[in-house]
Amino acid sequence: MREIIAGLRNDPRARRIAVGIALALMVAFPFFASAYWVDVAFYLGLYTLLGLSLNVILGEVGLFNLGHAAFWAFGAYTTAILNTRFDIPTLALIPISALATAGFAWLVTSPIIHLRGDYLCIVTIALGEIVRLALNNDPGGITGGPNGIFGIDRPRIGGLVINTPTEFYFLVWIIVVICAWALLRLQNSRIGRAWNYIREDELAAECMGVDVRAFKLLAFTLGAALAGVAGNLYAAKMMVVSPESFTFMESCLVFMIVLLGGMGSVPGTLLGALVVSLFPELFRPLARYRMLIFGIALVAVMYFKPAGMWPRRRATFRSVIGREAGKA
Amino acid sequence: MVTFVQQFLNGLTIGSFYAFIALGYSLVYAIMKLINFAHGDLFALGSYVAYSFLVWASAALTAALGLWGALAVAMVVAGVSVAIAGLLMERVAYRPIYPAGRLPAVVSALGVSIFIENFIMLVWGPRYQAYRSEFVPVGYFQIGELRISILQVVILISAVILLGFLYWLIEKTTFGAAVRATAQDRATAALMGIDFRKVIRFVFTVGPALGAIAGVMVGLYYRQISFSMGWIYGLKAFVATILGGIGNIPGAMVGGILLGLLEAMFAGYVSAAWKDVIVFAVLMLILIFRPTGLLGEKVAEKV
Repeated sequence: MREIIAGLRNDPRARRIAVGIALALMVAFPFFASAYWVDVAFYLGLYTLLGLSLNVILGEVGLFNLGHAAFWAFGAYTTAILNTRFDIPTLALIPISALATAGFAWLVTSPIIHLRGDYLCIVTIALGEIVRLALNNDPGGITGGPNGIFGIDRPRIGGLVINTPTEFYFLVWIIVVICAWALLRLQNSRIGRAWNYIREDELAAECMGVDVRAFKLLAFTLGAALAGVAGNLYAAKMMVVSPESFTFMESCLVFMIVLLGGMGSVPGTLLGALVVSLFPELFRPLARYRMLIFGIALVAVMYFKPAGMWPRRRATFRSVIGREAGKA
Repeated sequence: MVTFVQQFLNGLTIGSFYAFIALGYSLVYAIMKLINFAHGDLFALGSYVAYSFLVWASAALTAALGLWGALAVAMVVAGVSVAIAGLLMERVAYRPIYPAGRLPAVVSALGVSIFIENFIMLVWGPRYQAYRSEFVPVGYFQIGELRISILQVVILISAVILLGFLYWLIEKTTFGAAVRATAQDRATAALMGIDFRKVIRFVFTVGPALGAIAGVMVGLYYRQISFSMGWIYGLKAFVATILGGIGNIPGAMVGGILLGLLEAMFAGYVSAAWKDVIVFAVLMLILIFRPTGLLGEKVAEKV
C-alpha cells in the first residue's frame, strides 16, 4: 500500500491514471447505487463544495472563518428570492448568486480583514449569527421569517428538468470537479503562493511586497463566491430555504471538513467531507449516540493526525524535478 | 422610570450570568491561548447536575437547612462536579493536543463541545427540563410599582461576593500573581519557579465551577433549561470577554455586566427580536474600532 501511494506521488502518469479511474467510478456510481445512496452522494458533493470554498479562506490563507454558513445562506437566499419573485431560472442564478455572495463578502469583511487569529474567528461567528437572525426576523418581508421561502424552481437545461437524485448528483459533481481542478491550478500560481506565504508568515510576506490585505480579501470573496454556488444548488435541490439550515453548527461542520482533511489540501477536503457526511449514515444504527461518537472522533483525529488526514505535501526539490520530468 | 429600573435590574442579573461564564473563557484564554468552545456546554452541564441533585435531595435538604441552604448545597455540588469534568476535559482532550498547535486544539474543543451537548441530551433527554417550583424561591419586594424578586437580589449579592473574591485572588495574592505571570509569558514564568501545571489546573477548576454556578442561577431564574442552551450563553459570554479585553480578568466581569445591561435595555425599549443582532453588531464594532477591548488587553498577540 505504502509503495503504491509513493508511486502515485512521484509518477505523474500513474497519478493521472488513478484520477481517471476515480472519475470513471464517479460517473458509473449512480447506475448501480440505490437512489438513497445517490442522494447521500449529492450531499457529499455539496459539502465538498462548501469545504473547498472554506479551504480557500481557512486552508490556503489561514484565516479562521467560523461563520461560513453566512455566505452559504446568502447564496441560497439570493437564489430563492430572485427565483420566486422574478422568475429567473435557477441555473442562470448560479453565477448571479456567486457574484452577489462575493460582493456581500467583500462588503462585510473589508472592515474586519485586519483582525488576526482568534479575533477574526469570533467576528465571523458573530457575522454568521447576525445573518441567521436577520433572515429569521424577516427584514422588509423579503426573507419569509422562520418559515423561509418555498416554491423554488428546479434547474432546467433546455427541455431537461433536473429533478431526480441522479441528475442532481451529476450537476453537483460536475461543478465540484471543475472547482477542484481550478483550485489545484490556483495553488501553483502567483496568487496561491502569495496566499500560502501569508499563512506561513504574514509579516515576512508583507515585507516581501505581498499586498496582504488585498490577497486576504481576494480569498474571502472567492471562497464566498463558491459558497454562494453551493447555496444555489442547495436551494434548487430542497426547493425551500429557511434560517434553521444555516446554523453555527453548519459553519462548524465545514470548518471541521477542512481541518480533518488537512489545511490547503484539495483531496483532503474531499476526504474530510466524506467523513463528515458519511459518518451519520454509517452510524445510523447507533442513531442516538452518533453525535457523541462524532465528538470523540474529532478529538481522536486531532490527537493522532493533527495536520489532518490527507495533509498537503509541501513542494520539495524532488517533487518539482519529478513534475518537470513528467512534462518532458 | 419604573420600566427603566426594572430593565436595569434585569440587565444586571443577566449580566452577572455572562460575567460568571466570561471569567471561565478569559482565564483559560489567558493561560492557554485557546478559545474553550466547550465552556458553554459545561455551564449547561452544571445546570442539569444541580437540577437532578435538587430533584433527588431537595426535600430532605430543605427540611434540614431551609430552601436557601439546599440551593447553596446544590450550587456547590454542581460546581465541584463540573470542575471535575473540566479537569478531565483538559487532561483528555487538550493536554495531548496542545503541542500540535492552536488549530487542532480548536477542533478538539469543538469535539468536546459536541460530546458534552449530546451527553446531556442522552442522559436528560432532548426536551426542556423545568426547575420545579418547590425549589425556586418566589418572594419579592414591592416598592411602589417596582417589583424586585428576592431571587434576583440574592443572585446579585452572590455575584458581587464571588466576583470580588476572584478579583482579590487574581490581583492581590501571590498565587494570583503567578497566574498573571503565566498568562504573560509561560516560559519565563516557569523559569521563575512557577508550576504552570498548577496554574492550568486552577483555571480549569475555577472556570468550569463558576460556569456551573451560573448554570444553576439561570435554571432558577428562567426555570427552564435545555441541553443546547450552552452554546448561545457561551457565545454571548465570549462577546462579553472580548468587550472587556480577552485575558483581562476584571475586564470579563465588567464586559459581562455591560453586555447584560445593553441587551436588557435594547430588548425593553427597541426590539426583543433584534437584541441578539445588536449584541453581535456591538462585538463587531468594538473589534473594528477598539480591538483590544474596552478595558484594554493584557496579552497582545505577538507578531
